[in-house]
This record gives sequence, C-alpha cells and structure tokens, in this order.
Amino acid sequence: MKIEAKNVNFFYGPDQVLRDISMSIKKNTVTALIGPSGCGKSTFLRLFNRMNDLIETAKLEGEILIDGVDIYNKNINVNELRKTIGMVFQKPNPFPKSIFENVAYGMKVNGITDKSIIEESVEESLKQAALWEEVKDKLKKSAFALSGGQQQRLCIARALAVKPSVLLMDEPASALDPISSIKIEELIYQLKASYTIMIVTHNMQQASRTSDKTAFFYMGELVEFDDTRTLFTNPKKERTQNYITGRFG
Amino acid sequence: MNIKEKIIEKGLLFCALLTILTTLGIIAVLVIQSVSFFKEVSFLDFITDTEWTPLFSNKHYGILPLFAGTFLTTFIAILVAVPIGLIIAIYLSEYAPKKLRNILKPALEVLAAVPTVVYGYFALVYVTPFLQNIFPSLSGFNSLSPGLMMGIMILPLVSSLSEDALYAVPKFLKEGSFALGATKFQTAWKVMVPAAFSGIAVSVILAISRAIGETMIVAIAAGQQPRLTMNPLVPVETATTYIVQVSMGDVPHDSIEYKTIFAVGMSLFVFTLVLNNISFWLKKRYQETYN
Ligand SMILES: Nc1ncnc2c1ncn2[C@@H]1O[C@H](COP(=O)(O)OP(=O)(O)OP(=O)(O)O)[C@@H](O)[C@H]1O
Ligand SMILES: [Mg+2]
Repeated sequence: MKIEAKNVNFFYGPDQVLRDISMSIKKNTVTALIGPSGCGKSTFLRLFNRMNDLIETAKLEGEILIDGVDIYNKNINVNELRKTIGMVFQKPNPFPKSIFENVAYGMKVNGITDKSIIEESVEESLKQAALWEEVKDKLKKSAFALSGGQQQRLCIARALAVKPSVLLMDEPASALDPISSIKIEELIYQLKASYTIMIVTHNMQQASRTSDKTAFFYMGELVEFDDTRTLFTNPKKERTQNYITGRFG
Repeated sequence: MNIKEKIIEKGLLFCALLTILTTLGIIAVLVIQSVSFFKEVSFLDFITDTEWTPLFSNKHYGILPLFAGTFLTTFIAILVAVPIGLIIAIYLSEYAPKKLRNILKPALEVLAAVPTVVYGYFALVYVTPFLQNIFPSLSGFNSLSPGLMMGIMILPLVSSLSEDALYAVPKFLKEGSFALGATKFQTAWKVMVPAAFSGIAVSVILAISRAIGETMIVAIAAGQQPRLTMNPLVPVETATTYIVQVSMGDVPHDSIEYKTIFAVGMSLFVFTLVLNNISFWLKKRYQETYN
C-alpha cells in the first residue's frame, strides 16, 4: 500500500472533526474524497503532507503511513516529507514571481542550484501540466498575468517540479470555468501513471470521471469507501445513496 | 429627528471643509512667500549654490547644504529602522506565537509615542558621548547620533506597518510554499516579503517622510551649521532645524531672511508630497494584486 490511514482521530481544540478513519490507497491510483461541506475532507487530505501542523490547536491520534513509514514519527523531517507529497489548493495560489520562478521555486528551496537542471525540470513540469505550449514564450512574465485555469496548471507544474510521488488536490477545479476544469481532469488522468493522487471534490461527475476509488465522508466519519463505479452505481449505505443522488448536502 | 440629522450632517461637512481649508491656507502662504522669495533669489542659485548663509553679510542661498543635513540624518535613521524593523515584522508575523505578538506589537508602538524632545536630549547627552569613545573625532553635534535615535523613533512605523502587510498576505500563499518543502525562513523571505512588498515599501516611505520632517531630535543634537557633507561625524544643519532657528530668532518679518524659511518649507513640502504620492500609488497597486 502506498498510503494508509489507521484509526485516525483528529481535533481542532476540543472539536473532533475526524472519527476513527482507516483507509488504504494503492500506488498509481486516483482516490476521490466526497461529502457535504464541513465533513472533514480537507482536514483529512491535509494530514498527508502535515499541513495541519501549521494550526496551533490541531491534534492527531492514530497513524498515517506513506510507503509504510509513519510520517508523524519524531524522526521525520517535515520539509523533506513535503517534497515527496505535492499539494494543489482550491484557489490557484501562484507566488508573486515570474512563471519560471514559480516552477523553479520548489527546486531552489530544496538546494538545487544547477541552472540547466532547473531549466530542464521547469520545461518538463510545464509540459506534464499541459501548460508549456501556452507559456513557453513568456516564462519571464508574472504568473498573475495568466488566467485562473492557467494559474492552476502552473500550480500543478510547480508541485510536479519537486518530483513528488503523491499529489493531494483540494477541489483543484472548483474555482475554474468548465473548459479549464475539463483540462485539469484530463491532466489527472494522465498523471495517474506516475503519481498516487487524492482529490477532494464536490462535483460527482468529476469524481466518477477521474477516480478509481471514492471515499464518502459524513460528519467526520468515513461512511463508505469503494471502487468508484460501485460506489456510484450500487452504494451499500443509504447515506451515500442520498448524497450522490443529491437528496442532501 | 430629521432636522437633528441634518444638523449633524452639516456639522460633519463643516469640520471636513475646515480641515481642507486650513491645509489650503497653509499651502497658499507657502506658495505666496516662496514666490516673493524667488523674485529676489534665482531658483537656479537656490538649487545649485553649495552654501547657505542667508543670515550672514555674504549671503548665499543654496539649499543643498540643508538638504545634505536632512538627507544624512534621514539616511542613517533608515539604515537603522528598515533592517531592524523588517526583521521584527517577520519575527512577529511568522515566528512569534499569537500571544507574544499581541504583547510585543503594542509595546513597540510605544517607542513612537515617546516625545521626540526626549530622543533629542538622549542623543545629545548620552549617545554622542558614548559614540565618542568609538569615534574620537566625533563632534559634540553631529548627524550620527540623532540619526540613530531617529531610526529608533521610526522603527515601530516600519515594523508595525510591515507586519500588517505581511499579516494580510493570504494564508494559502504561505501554505503553497510550505507544501513544496520550503522552511519557515525561506517562506518568509522568498514568498511573504515579496507578496507584501508594496505594503512594506509604503511603510518605508512613510518612515522616510517622518524622518525628513522630524525637527526636535536634529535641532537638539545635529547642530546648526549648514554644510554640504556626507560625513556623519561633523555638525550639520537640517532643513527643519533651519526653520526653527529662524522662526525663533528675531529677523524682521518682511525681510528676505524671513522668507527663506518659506522657501525651505516649500521644498520640504514638495518632497513629502512626492513621497506620499508614491506610497498612494503603491497602495493602490497592492490592492489590485489581491482582488
Ligand atoms: N483551522 C481550523 N480551526 C478550527 N476548526 C476548523 C479549522 N479548519 C476547519 N475546521 C472545522 O473542521 C470541520 C471540517 O472542516 P474541513 O475544512 O475539513 O471540511 P471540508 O469537508 O473540507 O469542507 P468543504 O467542502 O466546505 O471544504 C469543519 O467543521 C470546520 O469548521
Ligand atoms: Mg475543504
């Protein structure tokens, strides 16, 4: 198993937002996390790159394993860990730098100084994120000059440039127009060959189109976790059935 | 009820107009007196002559020595306030626990509330003698020690406003950097500071304006000798000190000597106006970036 969560409980101060969650994810698969707003999807996703560490009141019980290693172990270097786990956020968040510098940033902060290596990786990452053709002539331009959809693909390229093995995506297409959104979906499909992907989405079609497995969360609990097709056509729990048919949430 | 509202509204309008009128009045006086000054002194001399001796028999009206004094003290102050202020701002917004920040920030702002005469006195009586141990050639009046004190005075302006700017940077930008494996310091320095750049620049410009206009500290500790120099160890005179010196002296009110202070005042005004406009422009650009 590439990723495992074992009996995870999670608290913000006194509030428990995740309850006894266990889940195993295979290498090179796409897992969709769905569920109503506030059910804990983002919180769960952010456990895998220890993003919740930034919140002072956060507390975790249970284990998160990646490649069999407990990433909350005391010996783990968080910065090294985050290099291997890429993350794409809901709102495109390019840095106030040029397109090139945005993609090069992850390499530079990780001590890579060789210019030709950086240039090569920038090009490769932008190609992987299907953005190269659109930006190759304006790499020195500010990233803010790109459209929202382009900015989001830039953020994906930025994450890929540090060569992670896992990609965490929190509603990566929710701020985008339908065409950009489809582009991101196609991208996810292609990236699956080299990465293990977890994606939070509110869009049922998106979940069913992009993912192999789907996890349905409700009020901090993992209600159902199954093959995407099974979960959408033949859910075992009534809650799941109600949610995917749009009866609540 | 309706009439009451109307009276309040008119009253507020009156207050607003009064402020504007006062400002306009001050500018009018500055302009009129400056114009009459420049009828007697050529503008070219004013900006190119290297001596300022309007109170002597051999009169020269070169503003450069006064600006040199102002520039030198301001430069030293900025040299102190910007690096330290920025470090404090980064520490407060990125490193300090929330509780500590909420104590330290107001505590620092107290520095700006100290009457400037205290800083001036402190510079003259303590800092200069102390610095004379290090630089034996340091005069009793000089630009170094008032410059340093002025730096401490404007420090909270830089640290507080820069901290506000850093704090206002969207959280997801910081997370984006951490998510790539960047350390706290790398994130602060390479992402947060550039993202808050316009806000930080505005704070620095305000600090410069404040230092240029500062009067008491330099009047007490920098001296009254207009001198075109970049040497921080010798007495100088700043533009503001000169204005104090003449307005408190007994020069007749219609004389050319008296009019010099309006010409100097006008020059300072133009300077700060330009700085204000730059900061206004930066602020506007800043707001556009994050909308
Ligand atoms: N920093 C925080 N401090 C305290 N409580 C938080 C914090 N972040 C989230 N929460 C709470 O934790 C619960 C789960 O939030 P989370 O963001 O994980 O939900 P979500 O499923 O991603 O929702 P959405 O679909 O709206 O993004 C919510 O009740 C939320 O209010
Ligand atoms: Mg969320």
